[in-house]
Amino acid sequence: MRKIRVVIAKPGLDGHDRGAKVIARALRDAGMEVIYTGLRQTPEQIVSAALQEDADVIGLSILSGAHNHICPEVLRLLKEQGLDDVLVVVGGIIPDIDAQRLKEMGVAAVFLPGTPLQDIVGFIDAHARSRIEQT
Amino acid sequence: MKTTNGTTTRRARWERETLEPALKKSPERAMPFTTISGRPVNRLYTADDLSGVNDKPDIPDPGAFPYTRGIHATGYRGKLWTMRQFAGFGTPEDTNRRYKALLRAGGTGLSVAFDLPTLMGRDPDDDLSRGEVGKCGVSIVSLADMETLFDEIPLADITTSMTINSPASMIFAMYLVVAERQGADWRRISGTIQNDILKEFIAQKEYIFPPRPSMRLITDVFAFCTAEVPRWNTISVSGYHIREAGATAAQELAFTLRDGIEYVQYGVDAGLHVDAFVPRLSFFFNAHSDFFEEIAKYRAARRIWATVMRDRFDARHDRSWKLRFHAQTAGVSLTAQQPQNNVVRTALQALAAVLGGANSLHTNSLDEALALPTESAATLALRTQQIIAHESGVTTVVDAMGGSYFVEALTRDLEREAYQYFDRIDAMGGMVEAIERGYPQREIADSAYRFQQVVEARDKIVVGVNDFVSGEEEPIPILYIDEDTSVRQVAKVETLRRTRDNEHVARSLDTLRAAAAGTSNTMPPLLECARAYATVGEMCDALRDVWGEYQEEAVI
Repeated sequence: MRKIRVVIAKPGLDGHDRGAKVIARALRDAGMEVIYTGLRQTPEQIVSAALQEDADVIGLSILSGAHNHICPEVLRLLKEQGLDDVLVVVGGIIPDIDAQRLKEMGVAAVFLPGTPLQDIVGFIDAHARSRIEQT
Repeated sequence: MKTTNGTTTRRARWERETLEPALKKSPERAMPFTTISGRPVNRLYTADDLSGVNDKPDIPDPGAFPYTRGIHATGYRGKLWTMRQFAGFGTPEDTNRRYKALLRAGGTGLSVAFDLPTLMGRDPDDDLSRGEVGKCGVSIVSLADMETLFDEIPLADITTSMTINSPASMIFAMYLVVAERQGADWRRISGTIQNDILKEFIAQKEYIFPPRPSMRLITDVFAFCTAEVPRWNTISVSGYHIREAGATAAQELAFTLRDGIEYVQYGVDAGLHVDAFVPRLSFFFNAHSDFFEEIAKYRAARRIWATVMRDRFDARHDRSWKLRFHAQTAGVSLTAQQPQNNVVRTALQALAAVLGGANSLHTNSLDEALALPTESAATLALRTQQIIAHESGVTTVVDAMGGSYFVEALTRDLEREAYQYFDRIDAMGGMVEAIERGYPQREIADSAYRFQQVVEARDKIVVGVNDFVSGEEEPIPILYIDEDTSVRQVAKVETLRRTRDNEHVARSLDTLRAAAAGTSNTMPPLLECARAYATVGEMCDALRDVWGEYQEEAVI
């Protein structure tokens, strides 16, 4: 079975990339194909990267508080592109009340500070695998 | 008297007669004994461990070169550190209110946190600003917002530190005009702009323009302030962000000081005399969790800086030798789980900063792994400093840790590691070149990954996170910033563009572009742009026109 393909993205103006990079590396070490978009990506650029890279997963890292604008936009664009089976996970500084809302909108998981890497890797592995098996 | 393997007979006897039986009876815990930076820590330090870099003990007196024990002979007996709490959110009105509350609660200096659009030189109505306005700092669009920010706060009587980097010159120009309009004398006002672009490329990533034009903006500030605002700190050379990005203590120390060296070199190359501008360089370090390593780091920093300024740059004035620093407790150490624990973390980190001689200090609030601080959390953070200052007794003596075998050995070891990094970076041609090669970025990414693996393996315990975990927790109240700020700030910028003299703005931006394309100092044109109510976005766009934008090659 082919490798799980993950786009790790830093949307918006936030430049804090420690978490995104550590997770990208951990996913790579776990045998996944990881594409790191770099900083200051628009939702359009992120979805475009997912399309080009045939990504199974998009991981958004947002510490700036802009998640309520960015996440719905990404979900909307994915749907527009016929990519709404792509797993979207979010990490960063997200108040609980917003995390709830994001999950209702279609974000598969919101990983808050302190989440063990294994949990993130495991979640992505389990959920992305089912997408691959279906295609 | 030494034995054949180098240990003294006294130590050999202790190990044989006291240590071995104790270990036999009760072995040590099975865990790596290292600092949070991964540095192995010996069981015991004695006078035997105290050899200086040149193999003689070096514990000079406070207030005397090379200032290991502090830059002030009287330490905190003379003057307490400035309690300077970083704050900012929402609109300028919101933040003005918070500043007044902090000053009423006993804060002794102001520190401005700007939102991401402002930090990145974009206006609130820019496409990329959507969702970001006022969220992690105050939104400042033009001079009008700066006037509101400092409404009823006399800039002549207070010092302000502004955490702003790429658009530092623009924001500084606005601040100067506000001060002038309040009747404050530029020759007497004091404060700081962070204005440290090198650490942006290395760690915080809030860059706009490429490295060399960015350095030019900074040397322009050096020259301008030397002449016009002589008491202003033109840079806060920062290690805080480098550390937060994952660096070890040694890397934080080395990269920060090497950045400082780079700024001094660029200033000298721009024709400034070293003693004319170096006294106004200040520093900003992290106050991280490993108590003694942090204290040693600050002491090493002072010793290194003094020595390098005197020996590498031939600085003669003692104010060029004396490293002054602000410290902030480590944001990255705060946990979302069991947030009350963060009060304890912050207190210990603040104590380390004080024992290390910080000249100014910010203490984090307990809720900052979740959001910007509520007023009550911010007040408790300030009280933490006040309790250390007034109840702990540590301020009654100068450099209490001086002479500690462990701390002196750590100080020396960190100093040695820093000089090794300097050599490596010098060999690459300097810090700008090292950054272009991705060297510090890679070092930091490696340290960050290493640390995460150590935590995952539970070789480092983080209380409440990988041990001593609670079940379901009661959510705590947090500061929630909604889109109202964005709506208000966007409306303000639209009104501003309609009501100001747009010809004046256009002319002033043209003058700015011309200065940027040439060699004349950018501060006077920026002051004119500020007075014309040009926006931060417009001023930065003018410079983007001339210099372009920097794109990093990401290093994972």
